[in-house]
Amino acid sequence: MLEQQLLNALTLGSVYALFALGFTLVFGVLAVINLSHGAVFMVGSYAALALVTHFDAPLWLAILGAMLISGTIGLLVDVLILKPLRARNAPHLIPMIATIGVGIMLTSAAQGMFGAEVLRFPEETLPAGEFIVGNVHVRALELAIVAIAFILMAVLFTLIKRTQLGRALRAIAESPKAAWLLGINVEGLFHVTSFVAAALGGVAGVLIGLDFNAITPQMGQPILHKGIAVIILGGMGDIRGALIGGLFLGFAEVISKAYLSSQMGDAVAFGLLFLILLVRPSGLFGRKLERKA
Amino acid sequence: MRFACKTLVLVNALACAGLVQAADIKIGIAEALTGGAAQYGVAISNGFQLAAEEINAKGGINGNKITLVIEDEQGKKEESINVFKKLIFQDKVLMIFGPTLSNSMFAAGPVANAAKTVVFGTSVTANGITDVGPYVFRNSVMESDVLPVTVATATKHYQLKKVAVIYGNDDAFTKSGYDVFKKVLEEQKLPVTTTETYVKGDVDFKAQLTKIKGSNPDAVVCSCLAEEAANIMLQARGLGIKAPFIGGNGFNSPKLFEISKLAGEGTFVGSPWSNTNPAPANQAFVAAYQKKYKAEPNQFAAQAYDALNVAAAALKDIKLSGDIVADREALKNALPKATISGATGPFKFRPAKTRSGQPGGWDADQKPFIYLVKGGKFTLYSSK
Repeated sequence: MLEQQLLNALTLGSVYALFALGFTLVFGVLAVINLSHGAVFMVGSYAALALVTHFDAPLWLAILGAMLISGTIGLLVDVLILKPLRARNAPHLIPMIATIGVGIMLTSAAQGMFGAEVLRFPEETLPAGEFIVGNVHVRALELAIVAIAFILMAVLFTLIKRTQLGRALRAIAESPKAAWLLGINVEGLFHVTSFVAAALGGVAGVLIGLDFNAITPQMGQPILHKGIAVIILGGMGDIRGALIGGLFLGFAEVISKAYLSSQMGDAVAFGLLFLILLVRPSGLFGRKLERKA
Repeated sequence: MRFACKTLVLVNALACAGLVQAADIKIGIAEALTGGAAQYGVAISNGFQLAAEEINAKGGINGNKITLVIEDEQGKKEESINVFKKLIFQDKVLMIFGPTLSNSMFAAGPVANAAKTVVFGTSVTANGITDVGPYVFRNSVMESDVLPVTVATATKHYQLKKVAVIYGNDDAFTKSGYDVFKKVLEEQKLPVTTTETYVKGDVDFKAQLTKIKGSNPDAVVCSCLAEEAANIMLQARGLGIKAPFIGGNGFNSPKLFEISKLAGEGTFVGSPWSNTNPAPANQAFVAAYQKKYKAEPNQFAAQAYDALNVAAAALKDIKLSGDIVADREALKNALPKATISGATGPFKFRPAKTRSGQPGGWDADQKPFIYLVKGGKFTLYSSK
C-alpha cells in the first residue's frame, strides 16, 4: 500500500505547492500576507464549475477561465484595496487585516450565489480513465493534476529566473524604492504579481475541486492554513521553498495518517514544521529575514 | 337567498370572533443559516416555514396564527447561546426549535431549560442531549435505535465476517454515531480491521482509505455526514475498494446517492425518513416542499416539518393565557402527550433515559426503516 500512499501524497503535495506559490509570490514582491488567497482559491473552483455546468465549456477552457476570473479578483484586490493602503504607507498589519475582510466577502458572495451545499463537477466532465499498476490505482485525473501543477511551477520559475520581468520582480522584492529609482514600473508589476498569484491560487482551487470533487464556500479556509505553514517552512517569499514545502507537507500528512494514526495527520505535519523551524528559523530556503524572493 | 344571507352572517360573526381572540403564537427558530452547517440549517428552516404556512392556511391553531422568529446561529456554540437568549428574553417566544448541531444544543440547551422554555431539536442525535433537562425535546431518531438494526440486517445480507470503520472525530454527531457503531459491532461480535478518522472540512480521504483497502474488510462502516460520505465513497471506488458501505444517520440524504452514483451501490442505511415512503402524509410533504422550494426535501427538512406539526398538535390541547411563563409551562406539560402521523411516520415521545437517573427530556419513539441503495436510490429492504 506504500506506493498508493506515495501517489496520494504527491497529488496532495503538488496542489499545496501550487497554492503556496501564489501566496509566497505576493509576500515576496508586495510584502503582504494576503489572507484572501484561500477565498480566491475557492472562487477558482466555482468559476470553473460555473463554466462547465452553465456554458458547457470543456475542462481545459474552464481551467483557463478560472485562472482569468480569479486573477482578475486578485488584480482588483490590489487596485482597490492594497494600492490605497500603500499610498498611505499603512503599517504591515493593515493590508493583512483588509485581506481577511476580502476573504469573508468572497466567501459570503459565493454562498449567496451558489448556496451552502457542496457542489461537484458533473461526472462526465472529469477525465475518465484509470490505470492499475501492480497494487496502485492511478486515475488520469491525478496524473493531470500533478502535471499541471509542475508545468505551472516550471513556467513561473523560468519567468522569475530567466526573464527581464523576473529580474524586475526580484529587484522589487529586494527594495521597491531602489527598483523604482532604477525606472522599474513598480505599481504595474504589483498588479501583474497580484494577477498571477491569484490565477495560480484559482488553478489550485480547480484542481482540488476536481480531485476531491467537493466545492463549498468554506473550502479555502483549511488550505489557507496549510499555505501559511508551507511558505513559512519553505522560507517566506521563496518559490523553491513553496514547492518543496508544499510537497513536504503533503507527504508528512499522508504518511503520518497512513503509518501512525489518521488523527495525527495535521499534528505530525505541523509538529515537523515546528522542529524544522527550530533548526532553521527562516525556513528551508529563507536566507536572511530582510531578503525575499 | 335567505339561506345564503344567514350563512354570510354566520361567517362574519365567526371571522369577528376570530379577530377578537386571535393572537399570534410566536415560535423561535434557531438554526445554522450560514457557515458549514448551513446545508442542514437551511433545509430545516425550510421545513418549519412550510409547516407554518400550511398550518396558518388551515386557519392556524384554535384560530391563532403561528409566527416564526427565525435566527441564524451559524452552527456555533457561542452564537447559539446568544440567539437563544434573544429569543427567550427579548422576543419572548413560546418555544424554540433548534439548534442545528448537537454541539450547539449542549451549549444552548441549558439556557432554555433554565429559563423554563421548551427547546425542541430536530437534528440533534448525540447521546445525552435530553439529559440537559425536562424542557428539552427532540424528534431526531437516535442512532442507538437505528444502527443495531442496520448492522444486523447488513451482516445477514452480505454474510459479513469483518468490517473497517471510518468516522469524523471532531463532530458530536459523527463521533456519537461512531460510539454507537462501536458498541453495536462489539455486541454483534463483528471484528473491526481498522478504525480511521478525519476532521470536519476534510475532502481528502485517500490516505485513510488506502489503509482500509490494505486491511481487506467485507464492508466499510461509516459514521459521516452526507457530504463527506459522498467523497469517501467516490474516493474508495477510485482506489479500488469494492466492499459495500454501512451508513449512519448522516447517510440519510437522497442527494448523497445522486452524487456518489454507483459508488454508493449496495449501501445499507437505517433512516427515520425517506422520500420514497409511500405514506400519504409523506407524499404530501414531498410534493409541497418541491412546489415551494423547487428542490428535493431531505431528512432534516422532513423532521423539522414534523416537529412543528407535533408542537401544533400539543398547542391544540392547551388554552393560551397570554402569560408567557404559564403558557410555556403548559406547553411543556402538553408536549409529551402529542402524537402525529407525519412525514417520518407515526410519532410519539418517550421519556429520555438519563445517565444520572434524574428526570430528563423527551426522545423520539419511532421505528427506523432499513434501506438498501440500488440504482442510486433508497429502496426499502425486505429480507428474502
